[in-house]
Amino acid sequence: MASTVGVIFSSINEENIPELTRVRSMGSIPIGGRYRLVDFALSNMVNSGITTVGMITKNNYQSLMDHLGSGKYWDLARKEGGLILLPPYSDETEILYKNRLEALKGATAFLKKCKEDFVVIADSDAVYKLDYSKVIEYHIKNNADITLVYHEHEVVKSHYYMSFETAKDGRINDIEINPISGGVKKNYVNVMVARTAFLLRLIQDAIQHGYTSFGRDILSPGVSKFKIYGYELKGYYASITSLQKYFTTNFELLDKTVRKEIFGERDIYTKVNDSAPAKFAETAKVKNSLISDGCIIEGTVENSILFRGVKIGRDAIVKNCIIMTDNIIGENCNLSYVVSDKNSVIRDNRTLAGCEIQPYFIGKGSLI
Amino acid sequence: MLRKKECVAMLLAGGQGSRLYALTSNIAKPAVSFGAKYRIIDFPLSNCINSGIDTVGVLTQYQPLVLNEYVGNGQPWDLDRTFGGVHILSPYEAKTDTSWYKGTANAIYQNIRFIQMYDPEYVLILSGDHIYKMDYDKMLAAHKEAKADCTIACMQVPLKEASRFGILNTNPDGTIYEFEEKPAKPKSDLASMGIYIFTASKLFKYLELDNKDPKSEKDFGKNVLPAMLAAGEKMYSYRFEGYWKDVGTISSLWEANMDLLGVVPNFELSDRDRVIHSRSPLAPPAYIQGEVINSLVATGGEIEGKIINSVIGTNCVIEEGAEVIDSVLMGNITVKSGAKINYSIIDEDVVIGEKAIIGAPIAEAVKAESKTNGITVLGRAITVKKNGKVSAGEIVDKDV
Repeated sequence: MASTVGVIFSSINEENIPELTRVRSMGSIPIGGRYRLVDFALSNMVNSGITTVGMITKNNYQSLMDHLGSGKYWDLARKEGGLILLPPYSDETEILYKNRLEALKGATAFLKKCKEDFVVIADSDAVYKLDYSKVIEYHIKNNADITLVYHEHEVVKSHYYMSFETAKDGRINDIEINPISGGVKKNYVNVMVARTAFLLRLIQDAIQHGYTSFGRDILSPGVSKFKIYGYELKGYYASITSLQKYFTTNFELLDKTVRKEIFGERDIYTKVNDSAPAKFAETAKVKNSLISDGCIIEGTVENSILFRGVKIGRDAIVKNCIIMTDNIIGENCNLSYVVSDKNSVIRDNRTLAGCEIQPYFIGKGSLI
Repeated sequence: MLRKKECVAMLLAGGQGSRLYALTSNIAKPAVSFGAKYRIIDFPLSNCINSGIDTVGVLTQYQPLVLNEYVGNGQPWDLDRTFGGVHILSPYEAKTDTSWYKGTANAIYQNIRFIQMYDPEYVLILSGDHIYKMDYDKMLAAHKEAKADCTIACMQVPLKEASRFGILNTNPDGTIYEFEEKPAKPKSDLASMGIYIFTASKLFKYLELDNKDPKSEKDFGKNVLPAMLAAGEKMYSYRFEGYWKDVGTISSLWEANMDLLGVVPNFELSDRDRVIHSRSPLAPPAYIQGEVINSLVATGGEIEGKIINSVIGTNCVIEEGAEVIDSVLMGNITVKSGAKINYSIIDEDVVIGEKAIIGAPIAEAVKAESKTNGITVLGRAITVKKNGKVSAGEIVDKDV
């Protein structure tokens, strides 16, 4: 494939899901039992043959760094290229970047050094599988300036969504930044392809003109100036835009076809931690759940996602819950519609319940 | 700067493991799967890194492909080092003397130059077919404290089983006065665990002597240790208390797997202080829909059938209506609907067809005439067709 560098925004749209991003960045939100959100974009890049990835971080990126390490679990611990963290860069006059454009500005030094012809830019707030090399092929075939990836689905109201209208040949002829009407739309999934040199010129131009928004100031008016094409991502796509969306996306992984699509064929890479295999006691009753390594289950678990090292006590009943790493659920507890962040302890005999549209959230390291 | 290592470990991983029959047709014994996500060699390698030993030579000979691939650069055990780390040592062609490893002592002898690169004071000899957790550093401390020339780890075994082991006859201070390899009438119940620490200079000396002895079988237990004892070297026993199991036979391999089950198991893998590392596969968490009782299930499983008292390896698919009882499934195994598996060990990449019957319930199976105490064994990558049947105690290594 064409030589390509990847850039991932690990820290964008965090305001959508404050519960989980208070202690971490978007990309390091745990999902699906053993993964972090960033694993999907990063694995997609690796599986597309990309071997240089710049990871743009903002604040609270300790947990992200802990997860990514040297990049060896993604085969990105390399002498040439590999995984490169791009922490916020600012001179004396500036503070932390406030938007996508400023963040990209901070990455120009990295991009200038890259010898790769093409660049793929992706967010880390979504679960999907995509071979970016196909997008680049499409980009080259159309002789495009910019290719934006979209997914057709119904949106209820505008939620930082950018939607397109495309011509028959795939060229985008209109971009709405804040669509007012709902319905089935071609929604931007925040994956963009361009030639590296072209992107650098765009950024340079934006600095000169004092632009602040990539979508509003560059892409939307760019429709007439540049050849912008849309590439359709078919199949499963879920972006984590709220705690409720986080909740339902996890449960969608209980569906065999979704699981096959996301995890089948090509692996989703993640940090490995060598927990023992999951253990089911004599008294365990488990239905329709994902159970990770290191779990010890003595109670009942239904329609739930258990991350690594979770202990479910005797006679406890856990239904429709997401229980993150190293939680201890005491004996005779009754939990339903609960999202419990890492390292929490629920004492014996507690009953906790949320509901489908409003899960009960337990913060990291709580004792209840 | 002159660099050295205090202690270098040499792991004997060349054994054929013929008593594991179909499980070792194509792979070396240390590469055999164990406990749903591990391979036997994970235990000595993890023990090394958990004991602060970061230089390990792995001596391979028999069917090393899977083992070499698995050990790789040692990264899963943090043994990818710029100085030290894990090294696969295969027999090689030398200018004067070309040969396969002729025995455990000869294997080490042929790699003396590897050991000398690290200029160690001590050499730890390990074997690759035991399941246990041990702090070799404590044993090394005892060796140094006693100013011993050789320290042999040992543990108490039932006296009636003692004739299967190398037996140490010791004085009250722990010194060894006699070493008997598999004695018919054992005088003590202290069995050697096949774990030795040598003071390096003494090891080199006795390996040289042993190499020159044409009558020697080039074996530590039979030749080198008795020779050192006869020459009056200081040999100590080191008592190990804890779980240790030689998994050299089908029934002991089955038992060791079963020892992992239960909330308080005979052998605990989930304590976080001494983690057993492995090349963990990249599969999503296990999906459980069926009935799973008193069992282990590794990642990647799609479990819709019934599993009782069993160990289920990575990426196994157990379809609805299938039953797995008292069995060990190693990895990448598909059990189709209606199939029943009882008291069996099934190697990787096996497909069991619809309504196939594998083995028989324990109570019945143990009465069957077999080499495996009634355990049914299916070898790697075979397919059992729809309605196929494999009787209790049978060992199968081709499609049925």
